[in-house]
Amino acid sequence: MTDIDPKLTALSETVPGGAYWSGVIKRGNTLRITDLAGSQGVAMLCYNADNPIERLNIADTAKIQFNAFLTKGQVVYSDMGRVLFSITEDTSGYHDLLTGCSNAASNQAKYGAGDWKNSRDNFGKALTRWGLGRADIMPNLNLFTRIAVAADGQTKFVEGCEKPDSFIDFRAEMNVLVVVSNCPHVLHSSSTYAPQAIQLQIWKSPAPAANDFCRNANPEAIRGFINTDALFAQ
Amino acid sequence: MTLTLDPSTAIYNQVLPARAPWSYILTKGQTLRIVDLGGNQAVDFLVYNADDSSERYSATDTIVHQGNIFVTTGTQLLSNEGNPIMTVLHDSCGRHDTSGGACSCESNSVRFGLDKKYQHACVENFLAALAPHGLGKRDLVSNINFFMNVPVSADGKLEIVDGISEPGSVVELRAEMNALVAISNCPQMNNPCNAYNPTPIQLIIWD
Repeated sequence: MTDIDPKLTALSETVPGGAYWSGVIKRGNTLRITDLAGSQGVAMLCYNADNPIERLNIADTAKIQFNAFLTKGQVVYSDMGRVLFSITEDTSGYHDLLTGCSNAASNQAKYGAGDWKNSRDNFGKALTRWGLGRADIMPNLNLFTRIAVAADGQTKFVEGCEKPDSFIDFRAEMNVLVVVSNCPHVLHSSSTYAPQAIQLQIWKSPAPAANDFCRNANPEAIRGFINTDALFAQ
Repeated sequence: MTLTLDPSTAIYNQVLPARAPWSYILTKGQTLRIVDLGGNQAVDFLVYNADDSSERYSATDTIVHQGNIFVTTGTQLLSNEGNPIMTVLHDSCGRHDTSGGACSCESNSVRFGLDKKYQHACVENFLAALAPHGLGKRDLVSNINFFMNVPVSADGKLEIVDGISEPGSVVELRAEMNALVAISNCPQMNNPCNAYNPTPIQLIIWD
């Protein structure tokens, strides 16, 4: 589904470059993040909103699905063997789990002296609103950027992968606290600090069908959803 | 590779049994040697600033700083504040993983079968190792897996495959600050990370 029926839209917000956003996506609703103008990267954290000690685990997300790059049909796992999000649509195709986020020092090294907003500090500011703090920042998801990994392990930022108007849909499989930092990827090759605006939309997406492709993607996903649904079965 | 430190001058020299947890506070400048006695034994490893545990190992900062996903000789284990906590001085294995994380009861249930939730796992070891230091689940982050082989292909495929660590493989790390080290001698039985046979490791420390 490319266009969201306005009647189903619960929130639509444009987040400027350099800014951060946090909010709760209720189970069954979908968060769409759209690259409006050629993103330099978006960093994202997520937690079980009802019990935030349960949180995103990128290592589990990668190894359970045998993949370090997220795309449509995959899910985002918590550290408790449950599914935070299903990726029900993705027109970008370039998201990575390996390379973390920018901080004040990495921005200064790349852009020189200045008040460049960075994702680590943005995460800290956003989490404070929810009673969490810097100790709750763990390795994050990176959206809209492509990182190549060579056989010898070398990482490389791949230029020219921006796709304005591309988007990714995250269907919440529990109530999910999301923190988004709209700052350039730490490995983005440009020495010009130019994060672009993104759009966030929360919409009341259709209930997953019995043959939903994320819920049935593989035996691991089926077990992950058994664990997740048990949270809501009582 | 020539190892120069003589175990007879060590201040600590113990064998850690298979499947067991361990923790130790190294003072700045001390060196820790980990020996994979039986070969192909994953050693899950976390490290914290012993004086301020909110500063802890960051897999992603370590990867970004060196431009490589593998840990090997010369790798600085960076903190979430960008400071080196430890440096890898010697590595006879070639590369070690820091992308695959630790096994947990919960992830085992997803990866290998719901009944596998009741097997022992690294997260349980980490929690046991860190509890005496006042740390808990909130303090767990992506770790290093010494002697574990997790290649990532160009298309992002990531898989824990047969190990490349021979019996007697060694990694040596120097503490660049006072460092709380937590180790889980991995008990995983469902994939090749321990060659389906968890074995003891040796831990040696020098001033």
